[in-house]
Amino acid sequence: MNGTTPAASDAASTASTPSTAAAASTAAAGGAVAGEPVLRVRDLSVTFHAEEGEVHAVDRIGFDVESGEVLAVVGESGCGKSVASLAVMGLLPGTARVSGSVLLRGRELAGAEEKSLRRVRGSELSMIFQEPMTSLNPVLSVGRQIGEVLRRHQGLDRREAKERAVELLDSVGIPAPRRRIHEYPHQLSGGMRQRVMIAIAVACDPAVLIADEPTTALDVTVQAGILDLLTSLRERLGTAIVLITHDLGVVAHTADRVLVMYAGRAVEHARADELFARPRHPYTRGLLDAVPRPGTRAAAPAGERARLREIPGIVPGLSRQPDECTFAPRCSRADEECTAERPALTRSAGTDGDDADPGHTVACFHPLGATAAPGEEAAP
Amino acid sequence: MSTAPDATAPEGTAPALEVRGLVRHFAAPRGKGSVRAVDGVSLTVGRGEVVGLVGESGSGKSTVGRCVVRLDTPTAGTVRIGGTDITRLSRRRLRPLRKDFNIVYQDPSASLDPRMRVSRIVGEPLLLHRVVSGTALRGCTRDEVRGRVEELLGQVGLPPGTADRRPHELSGGQRQRVSIARALAVDPMLLVADEPTSALDVSVQASVLNLLADLQRDRGFGCLFITHDLAAVEFLADRIAVMYLGEIIETAPAAELFAAPKHPYTQALLSAVPVPDPPVQRARKRIVLQGDLSGSALGPGLPGPGGVAQTVDHCRFHTRCPLAFDRCRTEAPEHRTLPGPGGTRTVACHLVADDGTAPDAAAAHVRP
Amino acid sequence: MSTQSPQRPESTGSTESTGNAGSPQGPAGAPAAGTDAYAGGAAGAVRAGAAPARPAGLLRQLRRNRLAFSGAVIAAVFVLVALAAPLIAPYDPARADFGSALAPPGLDHWLGTDDLGRDQLSRVIHGARASMQVGVLAVALAFAAGVPLGLLAGYYGRFADSLVSRLTDTLLAFPFLVLAVGLAAVLGPSLLNATIAIGVSLVPQVIRVTRAETLRLKHLDYIGATIAGGGGDGTVLARHILPNAASALLVQATVGVPTAIIGEALLSFLGLGVQPPEPSLGVMLSSAQPYIAAAPWMAVFPGLAIVAATLAFNLFGDGLRDVLDPRGVTR
Repeated sequence: MNGTTPAASDAASTASTPSTAAAASTAAAGGAVAGEPVLRVRDLSVTFHAEEGEVHAVDRIGFDVESGEVLAVVGESGCGKSVASLAVMGLLPGTARVSGSVLLRGRELAGAEEKSLRRVRGSELSMIFQEPMTSLNPVLSVGRQIGEVLRRHQGLDRREAKERAVELLDSVGIPAPRRRIHEYPHQLSGGMRQRVMIAIAVACDPAVLIADEPTTALDVTVQAGILDLLTSLRERLGTAIVLITHDLGVVAHTADRVLVMYAGRAVEHARADELFARPRHPYTRGLLDAVPRPGTRAAAPAGERARLREIPGIVPGLSRQPDECTFAPRCSRADEECTAERPALTRSAGTDGDDADPGHTVACFHPLGATAAPGEEAAP
Repeated sequence: MSTAPDATAPEGTAPALEVRGLVRHFAAPRGKGSVRAVDGVSLTVGRGEVVGLVGESGSGKSTVGRCVVRLDTPTAGTVRIGGTDITRLSRRRLRPLRKDFNIVYQDPSASLDPRMRVSRIVGEPLLLHRVVSGTALRGCTRDEVRGRVEELLGQVGLPPGTADRRPHELSGGQRQRVSIARALAVDPMLLVADEPTSALDVSVQASVLNLLADLQRDRGFGCLFITHDLAAVEFLADRIAVMYLGEIIETAPAAELFAAPKHPYTQALLSAVPVPDPPVQRARKRIVLQGDLSGSALGPGLPGPGGVAQTVDHCRFHTRCPLAFDRCRTEAPEHRTLPGPGGTRTVACHLVADDGTAPDAAAAHVRP
Repeated sequence: MSTQSPQRPESTGSTESTGNAGSPQGPAGAPAAGTDAYAGGAAGAVRAGAAPARPAGLLRQLRRNRLAFSGAVIAAVFVLVALAAPLIAPYDPARADFGSALAPPGLDHWLGTDDLGRDQLSRVIHGARASMQVGVLAVALAFAAGVPLGLLAGYYGRFADSLVSRLTDTLLAFPFLVLAVGLAAVLGPSLLNATIAIGVSLVPQVIRVTRAETLRLKHLDYIGATIAGGGGDGTVLARHILPNAASALLVQATVGVPTAIIGEALLSFLGLGVQPPEPSLGVMLSSAQPYIAAAPWMAVFPGLAIVAATLAFNLFGDGLRDVLDPRGVTR
């Protein structure tokens, strides 16, 4: 699919038109999907002012999403993935300094006026959050809340809005929608609430849906249904989905492409299959190895207890973004080069396998080999 | 679980934990009867054994944990720790016995007193139990406690300097290590770990799971590992008990449960956990259940907002079970012991035959 | 209230910090005290909740709230004046000088003199001393009685709670001043009795705050962990609940002082508190009554002193509340 080259390097960011570089790489990749991505993010940075100085929550990340595609943004807490999504939505408080470019269908949203952003939000660009209970207004019926969005953005009258709300609830898999629209959020279960949130989010047929940890607060048996719903939405409506998550299982289930973030930066980007099969960045590999999975225990040598692979050390603070690899202090492959310069997100040199993703990019001076299988080096 | 004392128990003593017919009802809001959070749970944790108690939110698994360490008092049933019945002991009588069991909570930032230094947090049980058990105060000198605290911190992988820090100066993983050090300070026979990794990041989870596995191996305490994370429980537990709506519906040795789940709910639960491997995950058969536990979305006559029905003349899972038939709606299935290679397993389902032949919930309701 | 000594040069790490940007969630992940980011989400929760505000950070944050800071400064001046009254008062507050009775403010007597020719400034200074004395003692008394009762009610619940809550409700049925006046009238007029009356009238508020904090804290995991670790009720209450309730109680104490000051002024005004010729702001107001037209300064200055003291302590208390307790627990 569409290989992006998020302009993460200093060089790229100062280049006059980073997007042309990306376009060139797309062309070179010869992806089957033609046309512009619906959402194109370039050099997005978010800085907060704190007592201790500046906090670089997001540091020059970039990605593209196409219609009907699911891009997963993966990382641990504090990696900046949620802040980045809020920045795309223009929902960060005034204390945040946002720079870079956010193009929605070719239109620049970064720095746009609040008024025009408000028109875009909820119609072309919508978002669902982790906790559906706090995102819904407890004193309004579900039908009212969906109707409100329709009336605001599509100018429907009360009756039309109601009919459409019923349709929407039906389309997100809520049984007996005609009865449900009169219910209030507290009468619904967690999974149902999240479905209502999704109904509201897709009410105006958005081009892009940002889902920030949409299933984290839900039970696994409920999560499965919600993920299926998201997948069917993008097939049915062609919605591009940006899925923010920390759960690699969810990523494997849902995502077409994956962007891995670490300490505010994008460290690796590839097609999902490729990323899971051949992670290049040591952090990605560490993350994959840290997850217990079926058979971890059985694979241990007889008489010995299985161990999960740990990533030593802790995530660095974000108050400085040095010109070095932020993962270097925790990385076994790091050398002087890693602490001397910030690695750019570039195409991995080791790409030579048959099914290798030409768009596989990694921000690492010493990426893992192209033929490495997960599990190599996994033994303690 | 199995009624017989665990065969693997060393020294032929009573199991670390033995729970029989545990019931905990709460008064329902607005005075409408009671919510049966836990309704007849029996399980055994042998000495040195790790038993995973798995369930989704509202299954009552945490209530079981709280009852086991007597932070909550059961409505009925018995809890024995190392053979001693602690179910009805007064708080005062219970105090000296508390050195035998302890608990690690989910959220390490809430389970450490923010005003205390780590040295005091970890040292507290040491001091309390020395005093309580009346042992010579010789062991209570500041230096000795301090030394023991640093030793404990070392065992959970923290540098001695951590003793002088306060909880908010530590990372989530470090805090959870402090929590574990505190719980193990007086060498309990049983550790209840209530979702100890759920609030942590993936890479930190791994290190905490490793730590628990190591400590368990080295010190040999019994562990009731309460979690909703099936991957974690598979990694850590010897045996697994699956809870649904206040009841254990299946127990089995860990490997067997994962290899061949019998109960349709267990099958659905295992199938719902996505595997972090795209091709594998895409190829898996999944059972998508209707409805969920945490709300009133199940229609009239079914579990209310509390999540628990008022009567038990039916299988608790029948409302969501893709295989449910008439008998499931009129008769509660009993717990039956099945023959198995790696130890006894039990299941409560009408559809599982006595020889262990189980139905395939996926066949009834497959989504590719 | 151990947290009060404000100038300990400890720590740089603020406890209340970056997260306050007010964004929904993310930025909290940006670690506050430069500790680490794993704690990100969790640390955010702590910050919002129970993280102790340490003295150095407390003072710094208080300084950012200008009203609260000026309140603190004025309150501090009052305390100093009260402590040093005999040293700084220019005249003996009880010495009558009929030659200069009812003198308007001037160089000799900055605030003028009263009907007996006593220096108003000296009397205000000594009056402030009496006010502070009653304020502090009454609050101390209220805490001595209210905190144990609040802990008892909040921690044990059931019978203890209903008993204490009934008591509180009964006392609260009377407005504070009415209760104080009634008690003082029963006990008989004296400074000590006025202090007792005011202290008792403050008790229900202290009970309420203590009980609410105890209820909140007793369900936290670290209390459970202490019990599971073998801690008895004494350990839980003294080592965990009380220290963590301290900030709410400190706020309550700070807003209790001005209430007591007003109470003292009223009781003295009514002749139930400080007895003339001892100076008190209330007594001064009372004796100013006949001269309100001829010598308005007799009423104005003690009145101003009362207003300033009350306002200062209230502002300081509100500021403390904001800093120590972002959730705004009940008064």
